[in-house]
Amino acid sequence: MFEYILRLLPALLSGLEVTLKVFFLTLVISIPLGILVALGRLSKIKPLVFLVELYIWVMRGTPLLLQIVVIFFGLPIVGITFDRFPAAILAFVLNYAAYFGEIFRGGIESIDKGQYDAAKVLGFTPAKTFTRIILPQMIKIVLPSVANEVITLVKDTSLVYVVGLGELLRAGKIASNRDASLVPLIVVGVFYLALTAVLTAVFQKLEERYSYFQ
Amino acid sequence: MILSVEGLYKSFKGKPVLNDINFQLGQNEILAIIGRSGVGKTTLLRCINNLVKCDRGTIIVDGMYLCKDDNGSTTYAKPAQMLQIRKKLGLVFQNFNLFPHMSVLGNIIEAPINVFGASKSEAENKAMELLEMLDLGDKANAYPFELSGGQRQRVAIARACALNPKIMCLDEPTSALDPELREGIALIIEKLARDGMGILIITHDMNFAKRVAHRIIFMDEGRIIKESSKEEFFNNIENERIKSFVMMD
Repeated sequence: MFEYILRLLPALLSGLEVTLKVFFLTLVISIPLGILVALGRLSKIKPLVFLVELYIWVMRGTPLLLQIVVIFFGLPIVGITFDRFPAAILAFVLNYAAYFGEIFRGGIESIDKGQYDAAKVLGFTPAKTFTRIILPQMIKIVLPSVANEVITLVKDTSLVYVVGLGELLRAGKIASNRDASLVPLIVVGVFYLALTAVLTAVFQKLEERYSYFQ
Repeated sequence: MILSVEGLYKSFKGKPVLNDINFQLGQNEILAIIGRSGVGKTTLLRCINNLVKCDRGTIIVDGMYLCKDDNGSTTYAKPAQMLQIRKKLGLVFQNFNLFPHMSVLGNIIEAPINVFGASKSEAENKAMELLEMLDLGDKANAYPFELSGGQRQRVAIARACALNPKIMCLDEPTSALDPELREGIALIIEKLARDGMGILIITHDMNFAKRVAHRIIFMDEGRIIKESSKEEFFNNIENERIKSFVMMD
């Protein structure tokens, strides 16, 4: 049994690599984009608010799988073509930025309006008010919701199989079919659990780091 | 005069909140604006600190026009000028609005460093000086949530003082204080006035106004009903509205 698992590892690890790439790239791009989405949603420019709301509605209102399919198979019809990997990343980023945007918006809105007044009388520009006063307080508020979203993302990465990318779950499924065994899928499950355990620990540390103020 | 307000009007949704407000504040002077809640005291304070725009009026801060009424059209200072005006104005909010994610010291040095370009050591020295003066020398590294209401208020005063303002505004300074702490804040206010600031206090605490103010303005329904020295104010109250307000307390 042990030897069988060892033989599975190379294929599973190369699947894991794809999974991790999708995961990290999505996070690194969609979190800053989510902040922009939140700011757009809270903006005073009515048409911008409308566009952002429309975008959030579409992204949250349709399955991520469908979005990946549309970007990879649908957009070429109108002449926009992506390779598999960029298509998957684009779909994930657009989808997750919408969710993060709503989380960040909630965080920003829950900050006391008096903080803006205090910043204003001290001469802060709106940009400095956001980066120095609002953002640090927002991060503390949104950490638990972001942790949730990030853990969901780990598992959502398995959807990229639809454009033919060999991520972790797909690698497991191939081995499982070939060997008529459930073992590869169980090993894959253990991989996901290990990933989410690490992430849970990371977010716990982050929450501790932000516990110095209330 | 260090602050002068002329013909100030403000309304919210057609309902007048400030109606032809005129008054002045001098150096070393403590002026208390009193009146019931909802008569426009806080709106007046917010207009003076440019947290809300007036509909019409002139406000002059240490010789600079914050806004200027010119035959009914009011123009506000340009951003660069406004920043200079902000430096002259300190405001201590009713609930202090300290930055919870910054230490006491961080709260005080944030604006001098990040807005007005002071060096870190310069800002810190000034902050420590203020904290010593306010008896908070040992709290520099504490966070706002670790402080009592009275301590938070003194941090807010220190933060407002860090830019060397000429005018210090305090919104209901006794509302969060136990009675025994009132004397402490009165002494601080008196010291700031002695050192040259003009102090503008908004309060409905008659006893506190009586204790600390040199001059009193009574506001009702968006207007100034009476303006006089403290002695005169409390010695002959003929206006029924004022009488009922003073008796109530």
